[in-house]
Amino acid sequence: MIEIQSIKKSFEDREVLKNISARFDNGKTNLIIGQSGSGKTVLMKCIVGLLAPTSGKILYDGRDFVAMSKKEKALLRREMGMIFQSAALFDSMSVLENVMFPLDMFSSMTLKERTKRAQQCLDRVNLSEAQKKYPGEISGGMQKRVAIARAIALNPKYLFCDEPNSGLDPKTSLVIDALIHDITEEYQMTTIINTHDMNSVMGIGDSIIFIKEGRQEWKGDKTQVATSDNQALTDFIFASDLLKKARQAFI
Amino acid sequence: MQQLGVDSIGIVLMISFFIGAVICIQMKMNIQSPWMPRFTTGYTTREILLLEFSSSIMCLILAGKVGSNIASELGTMRVTQQIDALEIMGVNSASFLILPKIMGLLTMIPVLVTFSMAAGFGGAYAISFAGILTPEDLTYGLQHSFKQWFVWMSIIKSFFFAYIISSVSAFYGYTVEGGSVEVGKASTDSVVHCSMLILFADIFLTKILS
Repeated sequence: MIEIQSIKKSFEDREVLKNISARFDNGKTNLIIGQSGSGKTVLMKCIVGLLAPTSGKILYDGRDFVAMSKKEKALLRREMGMIFQSAALFDSMSVLENVMFPLDMFSSMTLKERTKRAQQCLDRVNLSEAQKKYPGEISGGMQKRVAIARAIALNPKYLFCDEPNSGLDPKTSLVIDALIHDITEEYQMTTIINTHDMNSVMGIGDSIIFIKEGRQEWKGDKTQVATSDNQALTDFIFASDLLKKARQAFI
Repeated sequence: MQQLGVDSIGIVLMISFFIGAVICIQMKMNIQSPWMPRFTTGYTTREILLLEFSSSIMCLILAGKVGSNIASELGTMRVTQQIDALEIMGVNSASFLILPKIMGLLTMIPVLVTFSMAAGFGGAYAISFAGILTPEDLTYGLQHSFKQWFVWMSIIKSFFFAYIISSVSAFYGYTVEGGSVEVGKASTDSVVHCSMLILFADIFLTKILS
């Protein structure tokens, strides 16, 4: 479980995150949603430690991440996996080498065991046939699946996904969503996903927080989204005419 | 080491060979006169190659080739979040990415400088066989008043230049913020600053080591 308490983040005079508190349970896909520029990427960067919050606490199963030493943070990071918007695969390594990388760095397994584990992870994301290819030779959707395989290689307790569906077609987005959701349940991870993809919100949003202009505007789950009377949320989620009609029909 | 050093052997040998040949021709045409000993061409060619070309000028060329390679590679890794991915995994990204480059260049650039000296002399000999001067005169000139220290001086200077190229270009690449335009700018800036620092360092090192 990850808990954030009164997180604030400012860049010079500009306050980007304004007193955000939330709880992200394990075994659930926790979504952070909001418009571009609302502060959700900054919030995720603060949670994973790529940015230091101006004030507030971030608790990983009760362990205060902000107060940790550099060494303690490095140890905790071995329990994290992250899927970036751009997949962030290492260009100079093959797909198999990318998945093996965290194992090479931090596990005490033999080469045979590491290779077997990496192949298992690639099997899990249905990519065993692409293991010898390089990131530049596979599609965006496949790159995201490799990123998922790399993220789960060390059996992390916490999984972070920054707009995992960005740049993907709707069908591939659904595959990625389903994969993340299944893996979260299977490994009982605490998963946090940054997204503004409405399919993700309605499909895998076990827990959702909505951020607007750096402030937490709403929280709930996918079953409460359509019936919410929060104007900012409905304006954001049901922005198109088609979705507005769908909502009216649902209500 | 392979990417930064071994892959540069070809260009170092080629440039040094031709510059060695050109220096030899220039010395013969512009310095040599009936009033000067016949070994002057070989002697001056050797001094130029050993003292400045093979260390300083070659490192300026390598700052362009290797320095821009380091800056653009690290810069691209930064903007495509590959460095963030390393950090998230708990890997010390600066140490993991930059240290091998510094060690690789510190190992390879002195080797490249030695190759450059040999190729430069090869170029001078090629010209002597073409009939501009006799190989005997060139050999005598190359050996005349030879100071072994000049070779060591070149190699010592190259260690400093290797450190400048690797660390400055790594700094510019690692600290890129933005996109492809910024990566290109970082690459250019790294070459400019490496070149300036090499030239300044050359003045001090020459003064200290001479």
